Amino acid sequence: MKLGIVTETRPEECRVAASPQVVAKWVKHGWEVVIERGAGQHASYPDAQYEAAGATLVDRQTAWQSDIVVKLRPPAREEIFQLREGATLISYILPAENADLVEQLAAKKLTVLAMDQVPRISRAQKMDALSSMANIAGYRSVIEAANRFGSFFTGQFTAAGKVPPAKVLIIGAGVAGLSALGAAKGLGAIVRAFDVRASVEDQVKSLGGEFLTVTIKEAGEGQGGYAKEMSKEFIDAEFALFRAQAKEVDIVITTALIPGKPAPKLWLRDMVELMKPGSVVVDLAAEKGGNCEVTKPGEVTEHGGVTIVGYTDLASRMAHVASDLYGTNLLHFLDEMGGASGHKVDHDNDAVRPALVLEAGEKRWPAPPMKKPEPPKLEAKVVAPPVPMPVVTLAKSHGHTPASRPPSRTAGIVMSVIGIVAAVCFLGLRYGRVDAEASTATVAFLQHLTVFVMAIFVGFQVVWNVTPALHTPLMSVTNAISGIIVVGGLLNARSGGGNLPNATIVAIVATLFASINIAGGFLVTRRMLAMFRK
Amino acid sequence: MKFFNSEVLINAAYLVAAVLFILSLRGLSSQETARRGNIYGIVGMLIAIAATVASNGEVGFSAAGAPEAQGKFHPLLFGAIGIGAVVGAFMAARVGMTQMPELVALLHSFVGLAAVLVGYSLDLKVLPSLSHRIEIFIDVWIGAITTTGSVLAFLKLRGSVSGRPLLLPARHMLNLCMLVGSLICAYLYAKDGNQIALQIGTAIAGVLGFHLVAGIGGADMPVVVSMLNSYSGWTAAAAGFMLGNDLLIITGALVGSSGAILSYIMCRAMNRSIWNVIFGGFGAAPPKAKGPAQPAGDVQDIDAATLADKLREAKSVIIVPGYGMAVGRAQHAVRELTEVLRARGAAVRFAIHPVAGRLPGHMNVLLAEANVPYDIVLEMDDINADFPTTDVVMVIGANDIVNPAAEDDPTSPIAGMPVLQVWKAKLVIVNKRSRAAGYAGIDNPLFYKPGTRMLFGDAKDAVEKVVMALKSS
Repeated sequence: MKLGIVTETRPEECRVAASPQVVAKWVKHGWEVVIERGAGQHASYPDAQYEAAGATLVDRQTAWQSDIVVKLRPPAREEIFQLREGATLISYILPAENADLVEQLAAKKLTVLAMDQVPRISRAQKMDALSSMANIAGYRSVIEAANRFGSFFTGQFTAAGKVPPAKVLIIGAGVAGLSALGAAKGLGAIVRAFDVRASVEDQVKSLGGEFLTVTIKEAGEGQGGYAKEMSKEFIDAEFALFRAQAKEVDIVITTALIPGKPAPKLWLRDMVELMKPGSVVVDLAAEKGGNCEVTKPGEVTEHGGVTIVGYTDLASRMAHVASDLYGTNLLHFLDEMGGASGHKVDHDNDAVRPALVLEAGEKRWPAPPMKKPEPPKLEAKVVAPPVPMPVVTLAKSHGHTPASRPPSRTAGIVMSVIGIVAAVCFLGLRYGRVDAEASTATVAFLQHLTVFVMAIFVGFQVVWNVTPALHTPLMSVTNAISGIIVVGGLLNARSGGGNLPNATIVAIVATLFASINIAGGFLVTRRMLAMFRK
Repeated sequence: MKFFNSEVLINAAYLVAAVLFILSLRGLSSQETARRGNIYGIVGMLIAIAATVASNGEVGFSAAGAPEAQGKFHPLLFGAIGIGAVVGAFMAARVGMTQMPELVALLHSFVGLAAVLVGYSLDLKVLPSLSHRIEIFIDVWIGAITTTGSVLAFLKLRGSVSGRPLLLPARHMLNLCMLVGSLICAYLYAKDGNQIALQIGTAIAGVLGFHLVAGIGGADMPVVVSMLNSYSGWTAAAAGFMLGNDLLIITGALVGSSGAILSYIMCRAMNRSIWNVIFGGFGAAPPKAKGPAQPAGDVQDIDAATLADKLREAKSVIIVPGYGMAVGRAQHAVRELTEVLRARGAAVRFAIHPVAGRLPGHMNVLLAEANVPYDIVLEMDDINADFPTTDVVMVIGANDIVNPAAEDDPTSPIAGMPVLQVWKAKLVIVNKRSRAAGYAGIDNPLFYKPGTRMLFGDAKDAVEKVVMALKSS
């Protein structure tokens, strides 16, 4: 079958439906590919490359007369007349907005497949041209912003002073938003992303962004991976959050779209006015009217020192890669339809059927509803009451909480209690004895007990501060100082002159062991501590 | 030496010594001040001994109402100090860092033994009063427990005795009987100074200390050693009461609370109560969990060359050392690996579980010996959150402290124990000598995880081979 690639005629459109690499694969798969002369030149694909890939270079009319015509933008009125009756057209159609166009195509008994209607299901991802283009647009939006922003994206410490990193706020963390997030992060900016769909939080975090949200629980997941419209309370909280952010951020990239509706106005005039002069707003929804109130679709404007980029052709500004990706999407789409040998329209194919707009002139769009995607957790109703001020949840990187110490106060109290109980017991033993010796001993004992309890206190306080890395030296040094028992040995080893009573012998042996402890403990501690180095 | 002879000056010297001991422990709060802390300890000890010796031949000071026997020191005493110092210095100089747990346990037993002997000598020397008899008995009793317990711990750590816990049938009853027996002996001795009662009490305490330690499994050795550390402190404090010496009391209390805190930290690190450790007989018979069956599965091996390739690509590496590193004396090989990797630009850090090894802080000492900078050696709480972002984790000779069953499997004997979450890293390399279970005797599901590769072999050999492979490129 003959596959025709035609030149995009819309002004400023630089893309082409397929790159030479894609053409080479088509040829290999058995397609006869013709291409209009000069179709790829604006995307930096010269004719020679297409020819080398196996395509035949033809004039405009011949290309339009192919069995299957592939292009990117919806066809213009005069282009429809060039199509052969009963042929197949695969391109963007936007059937919801272009009812007239669909009528005209139907009159030619065409089979029309809309690349913009390929469903957003996992299986169809490789043919999802909208995602391919959104990815490019997201990346390009950051480049456009950087181009107009008067400072670095990444923070720098220079000899001439410190430059803080740029702060980027991305509204709508869909394909374009995540792509912009990755690109801005790659340039070193601090990136925050807002989205009504809680399920994208992980994706935002995985790319290194902070996820902003409002505390009102309302699931924003709509059909087909898009967000749905939100309640008034939610929007109020959202706007309060945006106003707070407007004062802080340097770059705002808005990507919010709701299918079949004009883009929601999220970045209002007053938010633009709150922004610092020199800030940049890039409105990726400009084609659908823009998320920003002051956006002029297709233009770059200034509002109070803030640059607003309203380009509708961001993907086209990267025509080279965009053409290749679109072509690859087409390649997979045609493969899905049976390839060169088995090409047909299969109504049971859930990846193809939604894209089918016309079949031999019969209207087939919109397709019967498919199964809903399973959103992770759908909380349809408002769980929390409306909160006037939104709480901004900044996703912080995990910090470790300091290791919990046991309540040393409690330990102290326990020790005191033990001490007092011991004292009472001891006094109990002495009860009734009034002889002088006993009472002196009791007083002395209580004094010692006081010292004991205090020393335990001090011990607890001091030892808790010992770093765990030094626990072994701690043990050896406590070993050494518990050798202080040597004093006991010494005191008991005092005897008159040179005679050697049993008590003295025993005390001397005690001294011997205690001495081993002292010398061994201190020296081994010294040895160990000498090894610790930074 | 009249100057030192008065009781006041000696007590002042003791006070200085006590303050120096406190400063000594305080110094250990960081590596920078630790050496100074040790010097404080030595100075304090010298002052205490000098002050005591300086009172030679003079009137002793009374305490606890009982006048001390007076008289000169026997000359043999100085010989004993000299011999003791030489023996201690020799031991300290010769001990390998991997043998630190044994040395520490042995030194504990010496403290206990010295306390017992001091108690006996006091009993022999004077006719003690009632309160003295109580104090002597307590001192001797705790001292005897410390001595035999530490000796057994020393033997277990050395490997002379099996690390398996000895669990007699009615061991709790046995302990209780010994306690009651001790109380009876204490009563008899306190009543009329019956020396045989004291000796029997000592013997019972000795058996009790032995039995307590015998019932504790090898993996709990850090707790045992720090508990004995605590006992040795209380022994010294008891001796202080006995002799009416505040310096002994203060020092004993410091050491006792230090050991108690260490035991507490170790127990918390294993999520078990101290009673459970002492009386639990942990690791005796691994309970056959009936719920999730043993995750018997296939482990995947890795060889040194493949591992070297992985390490070459790794940006961040965390090494988790365990007792196996100590046994294999692999710390120098590990340090070499660290140097090679750091030279390649990888961030290498060490994750230390509180109960890694057989002594609190054991791994830190080994790594310090091998010249690993201590600022890349991190505690569990500081590094646990970093595993998910780590490319390669190398577990060297550790098992239970990286066992995910502690978190996943409520029926596991170690359920609830805080562990290093190595399995969250992209690649986990586990070095083990064999496929045997850890000290706790339980299987480790980590080995069967898809992200785990086993590097079988002796820790030192295995790591050295990896270093060779890394260098050969």
